[in-house]
Amino acid sequence: MPKTVDAPALQQQLEYLLGPVLSARRSAAPLAQAIATLDLARQAFVLHWIEVIDRSNYELAYRFAAAAPAALEVLDETAARAWLLEALDRYDREGLHSASSLLQDHAAFGTAVDHAVACNFEECAGVLRLFVRGLGGRTLQVEAGPRVSTDTDTLFLPARIAPMPSKNENFNIFKGLSTLLWAQNRFGSHHHDLASACAAYPEPGHAADLLMHLEMLRLTPRIAALVPGVARLLENWHGNPDPRCLRLQQPGATTCDSLVLLEQLYGRLEPPRLPWRIHLHTQASARREARVERERGELAALLAQLLESQRGPGAGEDDDAGRFSIDHHRGAGDGTNYTLRLDGQPLQAPPAVGERIESLLQDLGEIPDDYLQAQAGPDGNAADTAGTAPQEGSRGFHYDEWDCQRRHYRRSWCTLREIEIKPGNSAFVDATLARYRPQIEGLKRSFEVLRGEDRRLRRQHHGDDLDLDAVIDARIGVRNGQEMPERLFTRRQKAERDLAALFMVDMSGSTKGWINEAEREALVMLCEALEVLGDRYAIYGFSGVTRQRCEIYPIKRFSEAYNTAVRARIAGITPRDYTRMGAAIRHLCTLLSAVDARTRLLVTLSDGKPDDYSDHYRGEYGIEDTRQALLEAHHAGIRPFCITIDHEARDYLPHLYGPVSWTLVDQVEKLPLKVAEIYRRLTG
Amino acid sequence: MTLNPPPMQLQSLATEARFIELEPYYHPTGDEIALFEVAYLNRLPLLLKGPTGCGKTRFVEYMAWRLKRPLVTVSCHDDLTAADLVGRYLITADETVWIDGPLARSVRAGAICYLDEIVEARRDTTVVIHPLADDRRMLPLEKRGELLQAPPEFALVLSYNPGYQSVLKDLKPSTRQRFVAIEFRYPEPAVEETIIRNESGTDHATASALVRLAHMTRNLKGNGLDEGASTRLLVHAARLITRGIAPATACHGAVAEALSDDPEMLRTLDEFATSVF
Repeated sequence: MPKTVDAPALQQQLEYLLGPVLSARRSAAPLAQAIATLDLARQAFVLHWIEVIDRSNYELAYRFAAAAPAALEVLDETAARAWLLEALDRYDREGLHSASSLLQDHAAFGTAVDHAVACNFEECAGVLRLFVRGLGGRTLQVEAGPRVSTDTDTLFLPARIAPMPSKNENFNIFKGLSTLLWAQNRFGSHHHDLASACAAYPEPGHAADLLMHLEMLRLTPRIAALVPGVARLLENWHGNPDPRCLRLQQPGATTCDSLVLLEQLYGRLEPPRLPWRIHLHTQASARREARVERERGELAALLAQLLESQRGPGAGEDDDAGRFSIDHHRGAGDGTNYTLRLDGQPLQAPPAVGERIESLLQDLGEIPDDYLQAQAGPDGNAADTAGTAPQEGSRGFHYDEWDCQRRHYRRSWCTLREIEIKPGNSAFVDATLARYRPQIEGLKRSFEVLRGEDRRLRRQHHGDDLDLDAVIDARIGVRNGQEMPERLFTRRQKAERDLAALFMVDMSGSTKGWINEAEREALVMLCEALEVLGDRYAIYGFSGVTRQRCEIYPIKRFSEAYNTAVRARIAGITPRDYTRMGAAIRHLCTLLSAVDARTRLLVTLSDGKPDDYSDHYRGEYGIEDTRQALLEAHHAGIRPFCITIDHEARDYLPHLYGPVSWTLVDQVEKLPLKVAEIYRRLTG
Repeated sequence: MTLNPPPMQLQSLATEARFIELEPYYHPTGDEIALFEVAYLNRLPLLLKGPTGCGKTRFVEYMAWRLKRPLVTVSCHDDLTAADLVGRYLITADETVWIDGPLARSVRAGAICYLDEIVEARRDTTVVIHPLADDRRMLPLEKRGELLQAPPEFALVLSYNPGYQSVLKDLKPSTRQRFVAIEFRYPEPAVEETIIRNESGTDHATASALVRLAHMTRNLKGNGLDEGASTRLLVHAARLITRGIAPATACHGAVAEALSDDPEMLRTLDEFATSVF
């Protein structure tokens, strides 16, 4: 038996795998020869990953095949995996070019890195995000990125850091870099367009390095005022500052001083080598301007709303009254404090207003007066901008998706929007109520039994009243010379149902016809029954096409009562497109987690396997992503349950929901009667 | 090294006879003292709102000392019933005896009755509070057929933490609209520093680092923490540090572990602690 696969056999396999990107001038032969030199385990590794990458992009798979033999000489399997995953992430995020440049540069993933001491971004991302949040200021994202930099919305950090001999020291580099990038945002480094400033020098890269060094000198004392531990670390990095730079460490120093010094010292001062090179993000200035513009609009709308709540409708039209102003107090060291005033009177800013003001203060240093004019939003309705949590950006919600081949998440892969459902004809609901009247009565009765009632417990140690029977027995006992019993009280115990249920209804195209009708009827009966019970519940439909367009249709939110609007929405449920379940589950779990209840239940009404138009979602990929989303739900303390009408459910539902957390309703026409009944069994 | 004396002397006395004799340390942050006094003189009940550990209980103790009234504190829990507050019949060897609950005792003694974390108590407790909290100022002892009229010295004070954001744990408007409310927040950094130094005897640098630590944890409220570190926790940490415990260890024990069980959060809080010193 040969120890390895030989080159011709490999070539055949590679031609099959990479066919679409091979041509007369680009053959698989050189790849096969290089891969043939690897041992069997590495060959298997390369072939497996070519297959996985194929699903994203053939060209990328080809480049991986070309780069792999050399990379695997120096990287062990863990490092190679980290290298590949980063390349795939980068492909998802930034496209082919960026991913292939990483594939060519495996050196960043360390030659002979000691994995026991290397610190991967993935493993400490949670801590770093919280750390940056804790430092204060505007909320910043923290992500792994090709270059250590910040675009003023996100801090980009290396995927792994390994130069130091201990894990802790390597983590400290992460901590130092993120604090420094945070401070650039917090203390106004990007008030100027630094990238253009550097571009004016003969060697912009060198100018940027020097400028970053100067900014670091300027920011270190600011950081020291808040977190001296991190500042000491940074001082170790930059060493004793050159005497010419000392003025940057004065309290009032700004980025202007750094820019002036850059001009004086360019070519005369060599910045020290940092453990990690810090870059300038070319988009920083554009991002900041776009954000300022957006927040200015939002602030104007919020102020209009605030004015209206203070003065009543129609206020602000009169030019003399309703003028907002802001007093800036320069605080000691950290940031700026302010007082918002309306016509000279101090006013407590609502959180949404405060957030915008603080963010603008961070971007501009102070708020110009013309930013404080109350102005209704573009549609004349200021109230729209202050939504309820969780806030949906104009670009929708983003959710990760689990790729079972990569055994890794694709970051922010799905875009999900909440879409209002078009109300249907409420005659449907009336017809359903009329048709199932006797059954509904029966359901209501059986649900009434479940309702939490006060029960009086007798013969208790403690309680709010005497148990007369017990006392009489005790008296008799004592008269007869027996010991006095202690259980003489009655106590009221309230059997509370502390339960919140979210129903997730399949609105895919396959429900067209009587399935859809049965679903709608089932929802009507469920609502009737649940109203008796008093459990908190919500209903959402889900559908969509591709990862870019996952859609959630609110039918009844937790905060809504079961009213005519909800009934009309139930009637308006129509079959739409596909079922990309992972994103829907992740979104609804976020909503469900926000409800305070001892038991949280996520009930899916489904007619088949998860499925989507593209990305191989149908089949294993979709099932594994759904399973992963359900596992996440479990971890968040949510109990998922599935009601299906798919006769093949036995093949995959146990894998998704576990052996008992699903049930099959084998006849569609029974669905309306069954759903409420199943819920009763589930929560009884 | 000598230990600081505890802030006040506790004695084993009948509940309503607990006078606070030593002045408790309290650093005012606004006009809350004047507000309390005027409300007290006008026989208005008080509602203290604010996050845990920001000084509500200490304030009541301070006011009890200042007004020279006994203080009866009831820490409410989810099994606390009206009978626990008002009183109940107990059975001794040969008879049933009525025993006044803490609320009835405070009314009889003209004490300040402080119901801590009132939202935790069972709903029926509000029924007995209502007649006491409006201009009737009466406590009905239904089982005895007795109606206690509160003397002018009696005061009812509730505390309540609006930060829990739970629909279940909220005060009904009919209850809260009977009270004069005083809102407590975490003090300004300089004041908080002074409080920590006074309570623990620590130095300026440590107190300032702890305040910065607290602010960092308060930034995480809603991002994995229900509440940031309270002044009380900072005082605990400061006391440990003054007695020679390393700052990182002290903060881990007194702050991090007190705020969270989540490993990632604990790690972050530890990173805060090592960074602020």
